[in-house]
Formats: sequence, structure tokens, C-alpha cells
Amino acid sequence: MCLMDSVVSLPSHDQAQVPRPRVAEILRSIVDDSGGRTTLPDRLCRECVTALSVSEVGLALMSAEGPNGSIVVASASAARGLEELQFTLGEGPGVDASRNGRPVLEPDLLETPPTRWPGFAYAAVAAGFRAIFAFPLQVGAIRLGALDLYRDTPGSLSPAELSDAWAFADAATLMLLNLQGDDNGSTHPALMAAFDDRAQVHQATGMISVQLDVILADALLRLRAHAYAAERSILDVAADVVGRRMRFDNSEKGSSTADRSWPVEER
Amino acid sequence: MTSREHLLAQTFVELADTLVANFDVIDFLHTLASRSVELIDASAAGIMLADQRGNLRVMASSTEEARLMELFELQNNEGPCLDCFRSGSPVAEVDPAAMSRAWPAFTPRLHELGFTSAQAIPLRLRDETIGALNLFRRTPGPLSPTDQAIGQALADVATVGLMQERAIAARDLLAEQLHGALNSRILLEQAKGVLAERTGLQMDEAFVLMRTHARTTRGRLSDIAAAVIAGHIDDALRAAIVSRQAT
Repeated sequence: MCLMDSVVSLPSHDQAQVPRPRVAEILRSIVDDSGGRTTLPDRLCRECVTALSVSEVGLALMSAEGPNGSIVVASASAARGLEELQFTLGEGPGVDASRNGRPVLEPDLLETPPTRWPGFAYAAVAAGFRAIFAFPLQVGAIRLGALDLYRDTPGSLSPAELSDAWAFADAATLMLLNLQGDDNGSTHPALMAAFDDRAQVHQATGMISVQLDVILADALLRLRAHAYAAERSILDVAADVVGRRMRFDNSEKGSSTADRSWPVEER
Repeated sequence: MTSREHLLAQTFVELADTLVANFDVIDFLHTLASRSVELIDASAAGIMLADQRGNLRVMASSTEEARLMELFELQNNEGPCLDCFRSGSPVAEVDPAAMSRAWPAFTPRLHELGFTSAQAIPLRLRDETIGALNLFRRTPGPLSPTDQAIGQALADVATVGLMQERAIAARDLLAEQLHGALNSRILLEQAKGVLAERTGLQMDEAFVLMRTHARTTRGRLSDIAAAVIAGHIDDALRAAIVSRQAT
């Protein structure tokens, strides 16, 4: 499937009519720019920062499990930290945008009700951001993730910028589909490389589910909660669990002897 | 507006309407076939579409006779619809002698059913022909220029609708594949964690165990990963784990 051909099939949004020529233009610019070894997602984020009045851009790809399976495809450093934080917390504008299939527009984070994203909003302000605009990456009913725009000054996006942001979200969606379709049904290395960064989180989740005798979703919650409470990155905590430097147990004491009695059929 | 113009306008709206949500290809093509007969001086109409391998299939017909004629064309590999699909151009042969020469099996069968001619209009967008609209007629002579134009307009609007539907289906498939790939990777990593924790093996050892087991049992790695997570492992994997633990 050719990247340009797929522009033809782009459905219009309910929220905004995105001019298709603009989406094609964005795709062309990121495909043509062959300088350096940057990936398509990187270039898309860079183009987006250049075109809009935003400071940084994050792109999160999510599995059918929503934020539980999200991987950060590309972003600048501060935005990357906030994308990681959304993954750690399972909350944030990108998570909401993808889950609800609607954009999340927060022109002033200081005005955001603290109950909305209790952990995320504080961290975003601390990182120097005042406004966040998140757009869903969606194909029909299938939610692929979100494009998050971060800005260091408060204020809304102009109607023209809003329309352009949609164009970038659509371009990002087509780019992801194109990467998926590139290689005869197998997923593009650029996407899988981003996933590999997260692999230990899922391995640790599996280990914790055994340690606590809970389902995987609960194990991930415990991992997230621990990382947040300890003010550590979820990747670091996961690495400790996988490296067997740290165990979870229900007594919360921090260590217990490993159950090496498996194989067992049922618990 | 004449009643025909009114019906034509209504048909375009109707065809466009089906494009919005819950697009049903068969319903769409039946609408096209039955409206073609109402709008054009033709007794029956049928639509053939090419499948992914480029083989034509009968998709919709306004009458059973039209359906039989189209199937007959496919079985005998001759007829106006096939010529139209292969050339991408309309086929409007109405001279009985020329028809018999071009389609020796098809033409007598057509006459048996009381039709004088069968004309075909391509479903075509730019270079790509995806099928053909067939008009079976009892009136002698060619289609009027107006009928020809209406037929082509109906074929064009149908083509755009079908191409859009195909593009959306292709996109949905890619999105599903992407999700599937991510989910199975997550599942695999989680299963590695579960197995490593249960057995005390290293993460990569856990992976090798599952992969080897998948190969020897010709099972899918993702199924084995799911079984490990659920705590259901078979004797062979259990034995492999024990022997691995012993080393």
C-alpha cells in the first residue's frame, strides 16, 4: 500500500473537516526528507512542532488494551517523559483522547480541575508546560493511540491550527498503517523497536502477577502504583523486578522467598 | 424536473447514502442494478466485480434471467461483460451477426431468453477497472446517448463507492494487524515473566522454552503464551521445564 494512495481513503472527522491536500502535504514532507537516520515518526513530530505554535510533540501508539499497551513512538525529551508518565499512571490527555475518540484540549493546565489527572497535570506543569492538546489516532472504531501537543504558554489553538493538528493526527494514523503494511503483514521494525523499550514492563507484569497471585491487569496497576509512589520511572522499576532485585508481595515488606515449586497445573 | 430526472437524482442520493455507515456491498449493488433498469431502456441489469485475484464474480442482478446470463458468460469465458472488463471500455455491439461472431455460445442463449442485446459499461476509476454493469435489452438497436450517459454515471458513482469501501476495508485490516501484533508481543512478554517467575529460569530461557515447545507441537507461540499465563501447561512443556531447571 502506497503512502500517498492511502490518503484517498481518509475518512472525514466529525469534529473537523481536514483538508486532504494538507494531509498529503505532511506525508510528502516526512517521506521526502531523507536527511539523517531519523525515523518517519520522528520526522512527523518535528514537522508538527514547526507547523504549530507548540513546544513539543509526543506520539503514543496503543494496543487494544488502551494505555496498558501503549508505546511511545517519538517525541522530544520533555514530552517523552510525559508520554512515559501517561503510561506509568494510565492517565492523561492522550489516554483520554484515544479512549474516547475525541480531542482533549486543555489551553491552561493551571485551570484544569485537579481531579481530572491528579498525577499527570502536576508533573506536566512541573515540566514547564501550560497547555496540552491531544488528538486521537483512530481508524473507524479502532483506536491506535494519540498525538499529544505540548506548549509552554497557555492559550487555545486557533481554528486554523486546530484543523492543522487534525491533519497531523490523520497523517500520523496513515503513517502508522503504512508502517504496518510495509512488510507483508509483519510490523515495521521502527514500531517494534519502540515496543522493545517497553518489553521489561510486560515481563515484570508477568512476574508480579505470580508474586501477588493476581491477574495481569492488577499486576500492572501495582507496578504503576509503586513507580509513581517511589517517584521512579516504570521502566526502572520493571528492570529491577526482571533483574530479581525487587519483589512484590502482599505483605508489602519487600521480600519473600521465591516459589520455585512450579510446574503446577492450577493454583 | 421530469420524473426520470427526479428518479436519477434520488438514485444518486440513495447510492451516496449507503456509503455513510454500515456499508453493505451486496445491498448497494442490488440498488444499482434495480435502479439501472428503472432509469435506462433495459429489461434487466447485472453487476460483476473482480475479486482479489482478478476473477469476475456475479454480484447482483435485477432478475434471475440476468443472473443466469452472467453465470453463463463466466462458465463459457465469453460475453460482453468479460470484454468490457478486460478492455475497460463500454461494449455496445447490437448487430446480431457481429454478436454471434464475437460470442458464439453466449448469443444464442441470450436470444433464447428473449433479449436482443447485452451491453456492458465498465466500473472503472482512472486506470483500474473493478467490474462491469451489464444491461440486457429487448429493444433492438443501441442505447440512446442519454441512456448511455446515465448508465456511465451510475457505473461511476458505484465505482467510487466500491473503491472507498475497499480502501476502508484495507485500512481496517492494517489497523487490526497492528493491534494484533502489539497485543501478541505484550502477551508473549507477560508470559515470559510468568514462566520465569514460576520456574526461576532467566527471561531468555523462558522464551526459548516456549518457542521450542511451539515448534515441536506445531502450535502458535501466542497460544502457548496464553496457556502459560492461564496456568495451563501440557506435560511436554512441563517436562521441558523440569529438564531445563535441572541444568
